[in-house]
Amino acid sequence: MYTKKVLKHFQNPHNYGRMKDPDGVGKVGNLVCGDVMWLYIRVGKNIKKQEIIKDIKFETFGCVAAIATSSAITDLAKGKTVAEALEITKEKIVNNLGGLPPIKIHCSVLAADALAEALYDYLKKNKREISLDMEKKHQILQKEKETLVGRHKEWVETEEKMHGHE
Amino acid sequence: MAKKMKKIYLDYAATTPVDPRVLKFILPYFSEKFGNTASLHSFGQEAEEALEDSRQIISRALGAQSKEIIFTSSATESNNLAIRGTALANKNKGNHIIVSSIEHDCVLNSARWLKARGFELTELRVDKFGLVDPENIRKAIQPNTILVSVMHANNEIGTIEPIIEIGKICREKNVYFHTDAAQTFGKIPIDVNKMNIDLLTASSHKMYGPKGAACLYLREGIKITPLMCGGDHENGKRPSTVNVPAIVGFAKATELCLKEMKQEGDRQSRLRDKLIKTVLKIIPGARLNGHPTKRLPNNANFQFSFIEGEALLIRLDQYGFAVSTGSACSSHRLEASHVLLACNVKPEEAHGSLRITLGRFTKESDINRLLNILPKIVENLRKISPFKI
Repeated sequence: MYTKKVLKHFQNPHNYGRMKDPDGVGKVGNLVCGDVMWLYIRVGKNIKKQEIIKDIKFETFGCVAAIATSSAITDLAKGKTVAEALEITKEKIVNNLGGLPPIKIHCSVLAADALAEALYDYLKKNKREISLDMEKKHQILQKEKETLVGRHKEWVETEEKMHGHE
Repeated sequence: MAKKMKKIYLDYAATTPVDPRVLKFILPYFSEKFGNTASLHSFGQEAEEALEDSRQIISRALGAQSKEIIFTSSATESNNLAIRGTALANKNKGNHIIVSSIEHDCVLNSARWLKARGFELTELRVDKFGLVDPENIRKAIQPNTILVSVMHANNEIGTIEPIIEIGKICREKNVYFHTDAAQTFGKIPIDVNKMNIDLLTASSHKMYGPKGAACLYLREGIKITPLMCGGDHENGKRPSTVNVPAIVGFAKATELCLKEMKQEGDRQSRLRDKLIKTVLKIIPGARLNGHPTKRLPNNANFQFSFIEGEALLIRLDQYGFAVSTGSACSSHRLEASHVLLACNVKPEEAHGSLRITLGRFTKESDINRLLNILPKIVENLRKISPFKI
């Protein structure tokens, strides 16, 4: 069912854990569906003075595919410029893992969304220009979240509580 | 991880290995005693005799008459025949059926198939342990009710249902009572007369017999419509060339289970209790699904907050342990287990359920190994999770 690469990532996930004072955070998914992915990024500069993702970490509650795609996307994004990171699509993640079972494709969507949200968070905080596409995507994700908060208030509160903000 | 890792099978509720004694017994039926039971020559006679001997053994194990046993290919088929076959044949009596909401999919979907064709269906609620309240059955029975189906024990959470009380009520109300005993036949005692059971499903591969054999006990006098059109095998109730080797194996497996029932039940219960007690004690955020005492001797089902069941299953598999989960993310579908949801387990907790089922070949050392590794896996997955206990 899973490729060797998926299982390898799952067995030894890269870059997991929480990041202190991240420059951007992306939180996607929800407990009800069984997948929650939080992605943290730290932005720095390379020799060419371009902004790059200097460090990246994830925390994921979810199935094998959710953990493997989280791990894979941190590998794909680390060291990339912000512009390059914005180009990481779900297809790139799936290809990187040598494929995912059709029913698990949504995990790769979740990972791509988490990165996009972390980058959005960074750009917004630093009052940077945000493309129309990015803004639209963010709005859609926020709307989904709000619908869910309305429907499952109790669970969302549990999420907040169990995470224990630092 | 070691290259040659010991594999430990703890998924006996899914299927069991064929007992070597059963395997040895059935081998001649593939190549020497291979006749068709419908043939009149000596090959056919030999097969026919083996079939009827098997029928005797299984009927006796249920306290039934041998003519009341119909052999089928699987518990799914038996349950389809029981639900759809009885409903269709007894339409003149009424069109209402009652099932519990935690039945196996093959019962639920048979009942829903009837509903889509004009039958009335009541799906009964269960309590948080998965228990059906017999009084709810009494209340749900209407003048047009023809059939009640409640499983003997649940395959996921192992809860044993009060089928004696349910049988009594059904008999009183003159309604047929079917029970799916796929998880109990050979494990805990059954007597169809004492328990007022009219139809019962049992399956070979859950009790160390081969796959491809099961039976439906059908009380004498109850009409049933066959699912398939064909010849007059199994009294015309289940046409198809009879799978003699599998059925002979089913009967042999039944003999062995009956002989060892008490001893094995006690042994497995003891291991199960050790497993449950220790897991609840040493793993934070672990809870037991199903009933604390009214449960199958071989079933333990846990939920671990903020861990996803499939992740847990695959990690355990990487250490050689084969278990099962009611997780939505497991295998082929994305809904959480209907059994856990019916027990009011929240979706996010149903995602983290783990079913461990023991069997004849489970040793205490297997349980000890599991108890050694499981807490570490849970801890590790929680490290990855954004939610901390």
